[in-house]
Amino acid sequence: MNMRSPLSRARGLGSAKSGTDHWWMQRLTALALIPLVIWFVVSMIIVTGADHAAAVDFISSPINSVLLILLIIATFYHGQLGLTVVIEDYIHTRWLEVSLIIAVKGAAIFLGVASVYAVIAIALN
Amino acid sequence: MATDNRPLSPHIQIYRPQFTSVLSILHRITGIGLAAGTLLLVWWLIAAAAGPTEFDTVQNFIGSVVGRILLLAWSFALYYHLCNGIRHLVWDAGKGFELRTAFASGCLVVVAATVLTIISWVAGYASLGGL
Repeated sequence: MNMRSPLSRARGLGSAKSGTDHWWMQRLTALALIPLVIWFVVSMIIVTGADHAAAVDFISSPINSVLLILLIIATFYHGQLGLTVVIEDYIHTRWLEVSLIIAVKGAAIFLGVASVYAVIAIALN
Repeated sequence: MATDNRPLSPHIQIYRPQFTSVLSILHRITGIGLAAGTLLLVWWLIAAAAGPTEFDTVQNFIGSVVGRILLLAWSFALYYHLCNGIRHLVWDAGKGFELRTAFASGCLVVVAATVLTIISWVAGYASLGGL
């Protein structure tokens, strides 16, 4: 007897045996990004034209640091998932498709880690 | 199995663009634009960590004509992708597929994205203390 739930079974299926993981994570990060993006836009409007000291003040407040890091993680996770689908849909040369997907994932990790590092460096300074 | 030379079914260039299909491709285009736009956020954060001189360089770029045009495009793309993304999540819940509803929600997304962009820029300039 299969003890797995239908949802858990569907997540493990699919041609690459990763099932609905890509689709599901895209939705989860989208959901997380709704409040994060609204907070971010409102914050950016408030700090528009800020000088360095004011920007550092904003970034280093604990709640802003945490929300910024969450925003960065969700944004780059969501973005690389989306770009991967676009590449899979329009690039029909296999080696180029795989190379671009690797490049996108690498760039997302590099830029994401660099941004998180910047926030932490400012917050702990 | 050779899959390179299979015939393809008619694709988008065959069909007359419709309001809903244009909105659909716009979701992708704004998504790609926003992914490119993250570079500005990364630059802003790293410059803030680097120091006042580096930070001024970013702020001057954002305040320039090119910077403002990019930011305007980016803010509209962000609101469009956000609103249309919520529309997609409603579809994922299995609701809103009727033709009239899909058309109406599409109109709502375009209007909401435009209004939110205008409000943000008015608020942004107010926060700066005028033009």
